[in-house]
Amino acid sequence: MLASGIMDEDAGSMQRMIDCGAGAIVTKSIGIQPREGYANPTVLELEYGLLNAMGLPNPGIDEYGEEMKKLQKSAIPIIGSIYAADAAEFVALALKMEQYGAAGVELNASCPHAKRYGLEVGCDTTLLQTIVSSVKDQVHIPVFVKLSPNVVNIVEIAQAAEKGNADAIVAINTVKGMKIDLETAHPILANRTGGYSGKAIKPIGVRCVFDIAQNVNIPVIGVGGITTGEDAVEYFMAGASAVQIGSAVYYRGPDVFKHVYKELNVWMDTHGYKKIAELVGAAYQ
Amino acid sequence: MNIPTITTLLTSTTETVDVKTITFRYPGAVLPGQFFMIWIPGVDEIPMSVSEMSKKLKGVTFRNIGDATHALYHLSPGSKIGVRGPYGNGFTLTGKHLLFVGGGTGVAMLAPAVEHARKRKLKSTVVIGVKTKNELFFEDRFRRCGATVLVSTDDGSKGHKGFASDLAKEVLTKESIDAVYTCGPEPMMKTLLSACRTIPFQASLDRYMKCSIGICGQCCVGTGLRVCVDGPIFDGKTLQKVEDFGVYRRDAAGRKISF
Repeated sequence: MLASGIMDEDAGSMQRMIDCGAGAIVTKSIGIQPREGYANPTVLELEYGLLNAMGLPNPGIDEYGEEMKKLQKSAIPIIGSIYAADAAEFVALALKMEQYGAAGVELNASCPHAKRYGLEVGCDTTLLQTIVSSVKDQVHIPVFVKLSPNVVNIVEIAQAAEKGNADAIVAINTVKGMKIDLETAHPILANRTGGYSGKAIKPIGVRCVFDIAQNVNIPVIGVGGITTGEDAVEYFMAGASAVQIGSAVYYRGPDVFKHVYKELNVWMDTHGYKKIAELVGAAYQ
Repeated sequence: MNIPTITTLLTSTTETVDVKTITFRYPGAVLPGQFFMIWIPGVDEIPMSVSEMSKKLKGVTFRNIGDATHALYHLSPGSKIGVRGPYGNGFTLTGKHLLFVGGGTGVAMLAPAVEHARKRKLKSTVVIGVKTKNELFFEDRFRRCGATVLVSTDDGSKGHKGFASDLAKEVLTKESIDAVYTCGPEPMMKTLLSACRTIPFQASLDRYMKCSIGICGQCCVGTGLRVCVDGPIFDGKTLQKVEDFGVYRRDAAGRKISF
């Protein structure tokens, strides 16, 4: 599925990702109010991955309804990513997404570079559990919680989400990082720091999924650096039941979904696997 | 790596009261119609189409209109700026007699394309549309390279009184034009597209841009067409299917703003 934040601010972009073979779409993280995000530069390609600080730009939940409604007849699930600072806002956003026809919601408890939001919510186990259970009490669609690797113990956070009755854990969001221009001594991102993604963070994501999946009884969706079919296999073996792709849309173009799907099938055929379920958690030995 | 390269501002030339052209050292090949991301450290980074190009030097032309262009407008030669690119696809010049239609500062990015066409000895007619004659620039530059230049002003202070699209329509009826290239206000370009009918048409689109490398979705039009990677030049066939063309753009938050 398409990871949140990539080609998903309007219905047209998401339609293109659907046409390119994504199995599900996670929308841009949407908040109560419109938000412009940070000034540029917002995205850099470094030697081994992408560094971004978009700053949660989005048109706000009311205007985003138009985009969601255009995709209501979509053949694949559209999962609404939402961000907020407290339980009441998360609930309001989740209800709107449900009303717009979202197949599920993904709570952004992990954006590493927006004050009061994301990671600031996602490293407080008590707050996170309250938020998840409040949302679960109000909506009927599945609730995913996307976690950050920028915490001391990601397993504790995942368990708090599980206690709040989350339906799945999504791991991982980007890894905090920065890039300084040597000639001017300026941090290049306008926000100074950002989140690192792409191949470079795959081992971090695989480790997180491996640890989480063995300590919770709900599915884990793997994300972080998946660029090829073999990357997906690795996440499945670590315990992921599904995977998301973001940065690889840059590295391999929008057709990355078709490529990964094909590579995954070839790998499974040559290694005698018939179902992804046979791969899930294969590394626990 | 896709990060700004620091370079030195070499020249800053006043074109009109609020339009300037800056040049900087930036080696490498660029196609007319492509753009750079220009970084003013501590201020912003914005997309700008190339308006001057030689082997080692490149230049962009802009109106002093926002924070970034305001900062650039007041930078003196010798200042450091960051440049990355070129990005996007560029124009494809086809045919024997080409019509270029530029509205406002849109005319600036057509200049390398016109010069390119003239180098290939292609007959080139340029229609420049501005509000009033004081906003006119690059007229001499087009004449120098051997293009026919026609001017329209909204207030009639010079040349044809009215819109550039009306003047361009006249050219289309009188002359045998093989292809039309345009950059300017989108409603103008949309009018031009419908006047072109079967004549090949290419337009340069301007959208709020963030990542510039095709992933953030900010600049997308139609069914996920990324102005930064799939554009900024789109042909008429594609634009006919883009519902936002000439109708709305999206601001930094992704809210739709009508033209």
